[in-house]
Amino acid sequence: MNQTIAEKIISAHCDRKVKQGDIVIADVDFAIAQDGTAPLAIDVFRKMGQKKVFSMEKIAFFVDHSAPPPGKDISTLHKLMRDFVREQGIYFYDVGSGICHVVTTEEGHVRPGYLVVGADSHTCTYGALNSFATGVGSTDLAAVMASGKIWLRVPESIKIILSGKIPPGVYSKDIILYSMGKVGSWGAVYKSIEFEGEVIKSLSVESRFTIANMAVEMGAKTGLMQVDEKTRKWLKDKVKGEINPIFPDSGASYTKILKYDISHITPQIACPHSVDNTHPIENVEGTPVQQAFIGTCTNGRLEDLKIAASILKGRKVNPELRLIIAPASRKVYLDALREGIISQLIEAGATVVSPGCACCVGTHSGIPADGENVISTANRNFKGRMGNPDAFIYLASPATVAASSIEGKITDPRRYI
Amino acid sequence: MRGKLLKGKVHKLGDNINTDYIISGRYKFKTLDNVELAKHLLEDIHPNFYQKVSPGDFIVAGENFGCGSSREQAPLAIKYAGIGAVLAKSFARLFYRNAINVGLPIIISNTDRIKENDTILVDLAKGNISIPEQGINLSIEPFPPEILKIIEAGGLVEYFKKYGGWPLSL
Repeated sequence: MNQTIAEKIISAHCDRKVKQGDIVIADVDFAIAQDGTAPLAIDVFRKMGQKKVFSMEKIAFFVDHSAPPPGKDISTLHKLMRDFVREQGIYFYDVGSGICHVVTTEEGHVRPGYLVVGADSHTCTYGALNSFATGVGSTDLAAVMASGKIWLRVPESIKIILSGKIPPGVYSKDIILYSMGKVGSWGAVYKSIEFEGEVIKSLSVESRFTIANMAVEMGAKTGLMQVDEKTRKWLKDKVKGEINPIFPDSGASYTKILKYDISHITPQIACPHSVDNTHPIENVEGTPVQQAFIGTCTNGRLEDLKIAASILKGRKVNPELRLIIAPASRKVYLDALREGIISQLIEAGATVVSPGCACCVGTHSGIPADGENVISTANRNFKGRMGNPDAFIYLASPATVAASSIEGKITDPRRYI
Repeated sequence: MRGKLLKGKVHKLGDNINTDYIISGRYKFKTLDNVELAKHLLEDIHPNFYQKVSPGDFIVAGENFGCGSSREQAPLAIKYAGIGAVLAKSFARLFYRNAINVGLPIIISNTDRIKENDTILVDLAKGNISIPEQGINLSIEPFPPEILKIIEAGGLVEYFKKYGGWPLSL
């Protein structure tokens, strides 16, 4: 039987050769939860009558969604996490460490062939490192903390082949938004996506994370990529020992093979209130924006801040707009400081906030006012996502957000590069 | 949930009802109190939705119900608001998992002919939905037996208590 990457990785974690549609109990290599999901997982863990986690080395908690906390109700939940971490001895990344998905990869917790679950939907980001990584709920996570295992339905797979040469002003965010518009928000429900093609090969690992990160927006369980020299190089100083990449068999079964040539696309925008409501920038250019946000597990990495700084350097943020920047991790923040990127951004008028999810989820750090438009590098633009159901969120690349910050309206970044 | 006959009034929603709509992030990060969360169920798209729900009512939706985040507070808020089951053409996978794990009955069926305020009967044993006043009968997609075991236990917590962890085979 010829297997997809998902089938191969799951097979290796339940000691039998699985096929699409099978339901299995699989071993988990690494599990994470954040401050929006960990408190409930702890509560459920106790309700299950559990006392001790299955392994201290395979679980990490992160305080990133509301960090630092805006009120005492949230800081109380953070304290609950700290108490549990102290008791159990698991990994812990507190306020200021950064976003779980960025820190997990930086710290080398994830490697090719791993099966990783996270109580956060964007856990699929690690698919870029050839890891079968998927989001789960708090109860799932409690069961994993107790047993090291999870029930999984082996997903069918879709292959997305991206071909062509990336045009100037177009970045990995534009490529995934373009694909998003084609596939739709339920085009890949319960499926594993395998991203392939010359476009993926040409992208940096950081840019690949942006694409894998948004697989869940198509409904997918994970968004996998193959290991190449770039992946190996990226992992080199992060993980120890041999890398064992997993490739699909030739003749593996895919429910769909989608091919997109991106040679002629322009910068893309996802308009309110759904991620698949994507348009070429030409359709929405000139829309006034009052808040701009660069950050998140999609686009808050060093490469993203570099792109933004290259556009904002020596220019000024429009006085009609606030530009908020949240480096995705402490490491990203420090690297950006050392490279002078942070001072260029601040000199341009940006506000740099603590590493973490910041205003992406609407609990703190920049909630828009009624009727305001926001342009953001995040992955979701649902009504109310940023804390106000009467605001309008447009999603774009860091370059588009930076260019729009200068003009105070949605702006084609190609005029600034 | 097998063998139970459910009866209730329909609250009809569309496609792509995401978890931010079901329970906004601005509440879910604040509390572990499910009763409190339930009061804010769907309020961003239907203000006062919670007040309109009577125990045993159904949420009936289209495609991709529960898309978005991994927040388990979404099925919990629905369950604690008193909703007896959610019927949809399809569910997002995280919501599907979470609903099963917290013991909220979810039913996959073609929901096109079910309207707001209809009173419907759901027979999980026979696997059908009926709207007696209109003589409509619809079939339900059955759960795989492994999943049914978790549902029958009333969710994963009860399942773990019952079996002391994962049984050797699901």
